Amino acid sequence: MGKDMLVTVSGVVLNEEVRFTLGELCETCKINAEFVLEMVEEGVVEPQEGATPPEWRFDAVACKRLQMALRLQRDLRVNLPGAALALDLLEELENLRRWQSASRP
Amino acid sequence: MEFKDYYQVMGIARDASQDEIKRAYRKLARKYHPDVSKEANAEEKFKDLGEAYEVLKDPEKRAAYDRVAAGRRHGERFTPPPDWDVGFDLHGEDIARGFSDFFESLFGGKPGRARWSADSQSWSPRIEGQDQYAKIYISLEDAFHGCTQAIKLGSSAIDRQSAASRKTRTLNVKIPRGVREGQHIRLPGQGSPGAGGGGNGDLFIEIRYRPHRLFRADGGDIVLELPVTPWEAALGETVIVPTLAGKVELTLPANAQAGQKLRLKARGLPGHPPGDQYVILRIVAPPALTEEAKALYRKMAQAMPMNPRKEMGI
Repeated sequence: MGKDMLVTVSGVVLNEEVRFTLGELCETCKINAEFVLEMVEEGVVEPQEGATPPEWRFDAVACKRLQMALRLQRDLRVNLPGAALALDLLEELENLRRWQSASRP
Repeated sequence: MEFKDYYQVMGIARDASQDEIKRAYRKLARKYHPDVSKEANAEEKFKDLGEAYEVLKDPEKRAAYDRVAAGRRHGERFTPPPDWDVGFDLHGEDIARGFSDFFESLFGGKPGRARWSADSQSWSPRIEGQDQYAKIYISLEDAFHGCTQAIKLGSSAIDRQSAASRKTRTLNVKIPRGVREGQHIRLPGQGSPGAGGGGNGDLFIEIRYRPHRLFRADGGDIVLELPVTPWEAALGETVIVPTLAGKVELTLPANAQAGQKLRLKARGLPGHPPGDQYVILRIVAPPALTEEAKALYRKMAQAMPMNPRKEMGI
């Protein structure tokens, strides 16, 4: 393929302003609502707003965590609590790495 | 095409037991999983591992592979010998996703959904394309101004015979200004193509920043360590500070100390709200190289005596 055939595509940045309803989250992550409910129950993701599932609004971090939990479950055969633990530890590790690079002279 | 030594990929001996193969796979899968590993080529390694395991975990496939593999080395040129699979029933099972040409030439697959998966999926006439995940490394300048960056993706394209073949495609992706590290860009329909009327998957690109010579990012904030002289700090002089948008003037507070953190409001990454830039002062003392400089230091010691180790009780 020649360089002139390259198409430029733009997407949506899943930033802190993005909010997903339960339905939108299911569509984005290609999962069903029961699975999200289980994830909320387990504390893998938390809705930012809303008291009941129809009112729930999730942020982009929830979307990212759900997808990671799915991949960890599928690829490494960890169960849901295990995936939740791995996600929390990975987040902590990333924070530690950031601190480490910040304190490097 | 190149021959792949699946035993070498998995770091096991050719006479490893099925249990050893399983254990090696599980251990390496945890090590190279792209969500867990920090290695730059983790995705590639994880895929190679999945492919090796796909063959070696199945005694029938493994025996057929062993026959082909006898006397061959990793990376050497390879063409499947005719009738190499006589006596083996290898095509009863439908297997998945974007494995290497080497794998496809031996075990020919049908497209599946899960790109990072090592589990096979059963085939159905209508297949939704799989979502794809990729990381892109950009400079802080590109994050600040926005940019367009080419990204190479491996994908299992599907031809009319529904056979999967591994192809590389290049996409030019628009990176909007102000994108933060760790954020995802979702490109609907830019994942792997579907088949039989199934839609394309989506592409998710994770943003990572390359290390910068001067700045580092903390969310939308930018942090800069700024060297200043003792007199600039003591007298509260105005100094020139680099920011991602160019140079700005900053008036130091009088008697500023090393480590003191000053904020340049809204000089960080753009956004709603924009990030700030933090300037952390580092005081650099000039060396006393001449008699005159030494005399000045002695004069300072007399005029403003000070014990910086007071808190240590010394």
